[in-house]
Amino acid sequence: MNLAAEDGRALLAAVTALLGEKGLVSPAEIAERIAVTETASPAQGARMVAKAWTDPAYRALMLADGTAAAEAMGAFMRGSPPLGVLADEPGLHHVVVCTLCSCYPRAVLGYPPFWFKSTGYRARTVRDPRGVLAEWGTILPDATRIRVVDSTADYRWMVLPERPAGTEGWPEEALAGLVRASDMIGVTLPAAG
Amino acid sequence: MTLAPGTAVRVRDSWPEAEGPAHIRTPHYLRGRNGTVMRLLGSFPNPEDIAFARPAPLRELYHVAFRPAELWPGGGGDELLVEIYEHWLEEPR
Repeated sequence: MNLAAEDGRALLAAVTALLGEKGLVSPAEIAERIAVTETASPAQGARMVAKAWTDPAYRALMLADGTAAAEAMGAFMRGSPPLGVLADEPGLHHVVVCTLCSCYPRAVLGYPPFWFKSTGYRARTVRDPRGVLAEWGTILPDATRIRVVDSTADYRWMVLPERPAGTEGWPEEALAGLVRASDMIGVTLPAAG
Repeated sequence: MTLAPGTAVRVRDSWPEAEGPAHIRTPHYLRGRNGTVMRLLGSFPNPEDIAFARPAPLRELYHVAFRPAELWPGGGGDELLVEIYEHWLEEPR
């Protein structure tokens, strides 16, 4: 039997039925997982970043245990790898890449953007991060250290950028609106206006 | 063998993928390179076994820092952090 030549939907139905019969995964659990995957989006991570900017206790939790911090904001983390959070600070900038494949904190950022999976981004970020960032329009001072995090194994990483200038007094919701997936990967910086 | 933060390590210059089917989370560009343990991230079932549905013993996973300038001529950022499993780490030479 050539699996590649079979009808995909029939195969999926057969495998799903077998998993259920063997008591491994119920159809309800599969439906739940699909729903979770479909609803995860960068908005989740952005809400975490905004809260960390306004709530020091939450920021401390986020840095100590990203998974707990994500769950505290309603993210569905069961079955996901542990989440690590990389905090930018004056003079230190983080950028995340997966040189091996496309490891990505899907539970809090959703599906990885196409460029994150590209061979160009993967090969070049680890070798010339300053050059890659410049192509995004992200020009960092020479004195700012760039720490590349190659996400290769059983953690998933997101960047907690610094709060942009000019956002004093902004409510969390407005702050979250500034934060994009690329800011939490570290190729761009959030900015007010 | 829990390694303390600051321990100098070398990534084994090993190429199991040359011997046969393999699933490896240690990037090529770090094999045989020296680094420094930053911290223990936890223990996870060895993905090299999971990929082939073999019994997967727990292996310690470390965040290891490398100096990009030692990896590429004139290139790299200022710091590089990578997750490396314990069985890929050895004493530096």
